[in-house]
Amino acid sequence: MLWTLLTWTLGGAAQTTIHGKVRDTKSHPVPGASISIKNTYEGATSDSSGNFSFTTLEHGDFLLTVTSQGYNDFQQPVTLNNQPITVSAIVKEKLDEMRAVTITAGSFAAGDSKRAAVLSSLDVATTAGSNADITAALKTLPGTSQVGEQEGLFVRGGAGYETKQFIDGELVNNPYYSSVPDLAQRGRFSPFLFKGTVFSTGGYSALYGQALSSALLLESIDLPDHSEIDASFSPLFVGAGTQQLANNKKSSWGINYGYTNLQLYFDAVRQDIDYFRVPQVHTADANFRIKTKSGGMIKYYTTFSYNQLGIRRPDVDSADLKDAFGLRNYNWYNNLTWKEYLKNGWKMNLGASYSTNKDNILQQVQNGGDQPQAFSDSAFWMAYKNFTLVHRQDLSQAKAVFEKKLGGISAIRFGSECWYSYDNSNFNDTFRAKLRDNYTAVFAESDIYLTNEIAAKIGGRVEYSSILNKSDIAPRVSLAYKTGKDAQVSMAYGIFYQKPENSQLDYATNLGYTRATHYIINYQKMSNDRIFRVEAYYKKYDDLVKTVPLFYSFYTTFNNAGSGYAQGIDFFWRDKKTIKNFDYWISYSYLDTKRDYLNYPKQLMPNYAATHTASIVMKRFITKIKMGLNVTYSYASPRPYYNLMLDNTNKFYIADQGKTKDYNSMNFSAEYVPSAGNIKAKTFLVLFASATNVLGYNAIYGYNYSFTGSEKQAITPPAKRFYFVGLFLSWGVDRSQDAINNNL
Amino acid sequence: MKKLVLFSLVLCAAWSYGQSPRYTEAMKKNLDLMDSAKTTADFQNVANAFDRIGEAEKNQWLPFYYAGLALTRIGWMDEKVDKDANAEKVKAECDKAEAIEKNAEILTIRNMAATQEMLVDPQTRWQNYGMEASADLQKAIQLDPNNPRIYYLQGMSIFNTPEQFGGGKDKAKPIFEKSIELYKKEQSKPLYPNWGRDQAEKMLAQCQ
Repeated sequence: MLWTLLTWTLGGAAQTTIHGKVRDTKSHPVPGASISIKNTYEGATSDSSGNFSFTTLEHGDFLLTVTSQGYNDFQQPVTLNNQPITVSAIVKEKLDEMRAVTITAGSFAAGDSKRAAVLSSLDVATTAGSNADITAALKTLPGTSQVGEQEGLFVRGGAGYETKQFIDGELVNNPYYSSVPDLAQRGRFSPFLFKGTVFSTGGYSALYGQALSSALLLESIDLPDHSEIDASFSPLFVGAGTQQLANNKKSSWGINYGYTNLQLYFDAVRQDIDYFRVPQVHTADANFRIKTKSGGMIKYYTTFSYNQLGIRRPDVDSADLKDAFGLRNYNWYNNLTWKEYLKNGWKMNLGASYSTNKDNILQQVQNGGDQPQAFSDSAFWMAYKNFTLVHRQDLSQAKAVFEKKLGGISAIRFGSECWYSYDNSNFNDTFRAKLRDNYTAVFAESDIYLTNEIAAKIGGRVEYSSILNKSDIAPRVSLAYKTGKDAQVSMAYGIFYQKPENSQLDYATNLGYTRATHYIINYQKMSNDRIFRVEAYYKKYDDLVKTVPLFYSFYTTFNNAGSGYAQGIDFFWRDKKTIKNFDYWISYSYLDTKRDYLNYPKQLMPNYAATHTASIVMKRFITKIKMGLNVTYSYASPRPYYNLMLDNTNKFYIADQGKTKDYNSMNFSAEYVPSAGNIKAKTFLVLFASATNVLGYNAIYGYNYSFTGSEKQAITPPAKRFYFVGLFLSWGVDRSQDAINNNL
Repeated sequence: MKKLVLFSLVLCAAWSYGQSPRYTEAMKKNLDLMDSAKTTADFQNVANAFDRIGEAEKNQWLPFYYAGLALTRIGWMDEKVDKDANAEKVKAECDKAEAIEKNAEILTIRNMAATQEMLVDPQTRWQNYGMEASADLQKAIQLDPNNPRIYYLQGMSIFNTPEQFGGGKDKAKPIFEKSIELYKKEQSKPLYPNWGRDQAEKMLAQCQ
């Protein structure tokens, strides 16, 4: 009796069979999806063809749910009453930042650890030849020129001053040590200040402006992992500093001091130019960072530096005279930012910065006994080489950006920035120029994700400069389409404006903006340890600044009559996978550019441009000997040079022209990290050594001509090779863990 | 008879923990399935089953914990799986478990997820994921200093670090020893995690 009752009961609770298929909106099967009868244990998992089938003893009305990672949930009411049920579940893909396509046209993003980085700060430090200079490392990426006689990033046919640097969104007015004739200077900022870098070789976001060619966006680090004391020693410099992290890990502060003096180095390695004042640099910096309650961050960074140098070179206009150039520079930079998460998905970025830079320059023509020589105005081409210049440049700015996420990962951001710049130059106490400019911009931009495969970024900025008394409208559009796993095509278009340089505005205030229009198409395939990208571009330049000679004097004025173009194709390949512990990248750029600007009589290929540029960078860390070895080889095809002179009608013509020989450089560096072996090491030590141009090519960057044009002087580096050796120490914390993880 | 008594005891224990026999039974069944699982699909299946139990029960952290554990198995054995996506799933299970109870066991699962993400590209990822993985274990030690699985995972991390960088057998050995000692003392609780002892013993043998 009991037995029958039992079977009857079970029979009464007879099973319902549910089977079906899970597909996405494109009818592709979705495997691994979890199918469940809500609030019960019952359910199944879809197989590789998306099919599922299960039986349940439950009875009544329920909700059937299908969940799968990366898709929105699917729900369907079901009535379980012993009748078989067939379910056809269509799940819609979720918009997801990690899976969605990113717009890569024009930009090299670096430093983000989830999306494979192109260059991290460690990469910058270990790129042979860079000597921890960000710009030098970026010159191994495609689109940049190997210009050694001037500082700056010369990007895709653009001059160095057409690339601007931004730290946490704020323009940096003097990113390099002050210019010295024919001698490229280093950047002022260490790569280790930054956690992320976006190097845009064109088509950059509407949040930034006033850079005709390129924007280098540097994002400073947040709170350090731990407190430490650092020191560095080298025959070239000494430095000491500390970073202190509060016990609650909510705030930190730090100070550093460094002193560079090249006397010892010049005693050991002969220089081709005569340094009558040895380069010396004092730098001091300080920072604090505070994490706010809602996860935001307040950051302040300040750095002060003083440097001096004096060089003497043979004068190109005479056999026995020399040109002596002396510089003293003071620079103070401040940057304060506040990033905050507000309610309802709003994010706020506020920033303010102030910098002041003062150059005291004395240039003299000297005789064999280093005595100054004076010239009458009739020999004005010699007279103008004797001058003093006191030049002060200040920049104060404020920027606010608000961002709101719109349903999923689409977002809008907008904001405004104001720059107040003050430029005061005093030339020989006779020519004084004071420039003040209030520059204001408002900008808006929207990231629109239609699906994970298609994204668009549409934006624009309106800018007004008081000194030009002109405004402009700069539209920016970019699109990205995912063509396969890890592969995508992006396109970018934009108009970019830049104010003429202050040295030009000193002589002509009726100038307008210079303008570039960028068209870029890019294909990229990127996995975690390999990146391949190819990018083609066309740029059109309008309203470039032209030099207008004035009669009966060597003074000039300027107008906006210039124009030009640049087109080319860039390749980049990085591979960390093929050979274990070996990381290399290859870049190649083809560039076709001509511009009619400054004193060019017609459209010419600019003297900083090379048709072919290539670099190969190799890095290998050998765990056994705790040592990293790095080699970089760079090549650039010949660069044009011109002697542009005035004819009788006061027009410029090409008196002479030619091409330099091609440029080759092989650089080597090595780092030795012995304390990595000791897990309990309180001292972390890195010994670093490097040599540039190990094969000893004689680089010629161009030529300087004498006033008559009869003589030319090659522009060469001050020494064939540069050597460096330094010891870097940090105490108080177990940093060996970093090295371990770094080399697993 | 002995078995019956034991069974009733387990049942009582289960009741006293607020667990229905249905729950206990379903958990046991899936724990057995997890023990016999071999393929990615097997582990995916059992992970989904645990997740369903968790969703239905609402106040049990163990089902979500085991869903996460099953998924970490996929991360260890399947070369082809998208490790980031899988780790994301693991962490989502951990989030659900921690919404009910925060404990060291869940942190060991988090540690494995972060380690798997780090191993995708150690050179660039150590800074984030290596730190995250070790922070998980540090937090776990604070919550439960006598949990043997924490030391087993710590031992694994050191074992797999090259000797030149302070890892290797010799450094890992005492940690595996500590882990095994704690495994010996560990009192088994029904349905509670007890994995790792065999593995720790095997690893210790490799350290000799």
